[in-house]
Amino acid sequence: MSLIARYLEANGIPTVMIANGRDIVEHCGVARLVFVDYPLGNPCGEPYEVAQQRQIFEMALGLLETATEPRTTIEAPFKWSKGDDWKQLIFSDEQPFLDGEAEQHWLDAKTRYKELKSEGKL
Amino acid sequence: MSYVRYIDKTRDYYLKEGYDKPYGWAHFDDVPFAPLKKPLAECRFTIASTSDIAIREDDSTGDHTEEMLVGNAYVIPSDTPLERLYSRQEHFDRNATHLDDVDSYFPISRLREAEASGRIGSIAKRLHGVHTSYSQRRTLEVDGPLVLERCREDGADVAILTPI
Repeated sequence: MSLIARYLEANGIPTVMIANGRDIVEHCGVARLVFVDYPLGNPCGEPYEVAQQRQIFEMALGLLETATEPRTTIEAPFKWSKGDDWKQLIFSDEQPFLDGEAEQHWLDAKTRYKELKSEGKL
Repeated sequence: MSYVRYIDKTRDYYLKEGYDKPYGWAHFDDVPFAPLKKPLAECRFTIASTSDIAIREDDSTGDHTEEMLVGNAYVIPSDTPLERLYSRQEHFDRNATHLDDVDSYFPISRLREAEASGRIGSIAKRLHGVHTSYSQRRTLEVDGPLVLERCREDGADVAILTPI
């Protein structure tokens, strides 16, 4: 996603990213980032928390108006309602990131990717 | 507690899983910046997302597996009713949360509210789905140009980007 942000910016379209993976986005480097310190999956606010989602969305609009240089990051002032345990558990031995079915899809996709590449279709 | 360092965490995690080569996360020294050229109330907005957003009972979003691999940014008409949208994404923190609320990763309702209140000018007729492809080169050479071309065709001035 950061690569798309960079491509649009380089071609004159301002962007604002709303994301959970701060280090990944900043490692790549984008123009404007609203960082939301939530589990991967809900960058725009907790599910069904409309008032909070509105505040995060307005932060993104505000950042478009105020940022004057690239790599401008602001952080949403919210904490995940169920606590911070997820930060310890994500990508840990006791909690696989993908369940069996999703992992199989991922492995199948990797195999197919290699096939397409060897057939010269990529 | 500080924020999660996913680059470090995934490197360790996949090494333990038996993968010997760590993923090479994209990194650049220079960062392009396009200044906002006019007030938001005059801008046309679009959304681009890697949330694998799709439309229920609609096969126009293509062969999912093939599309995911080859790249190929796709479009979601911006007037699609919220209840017809859903995510096919499997790569998220499923132990901590869910993707049942589209607006928590694809803020279409918030965008519509901003248009209705006059905070933004308008919404482009097409919103964008981008697959997290296996190749950063393809993202830059195929997906980026596709999204840009469609933004220009639609007169989109600003893009809100939501990765998962």
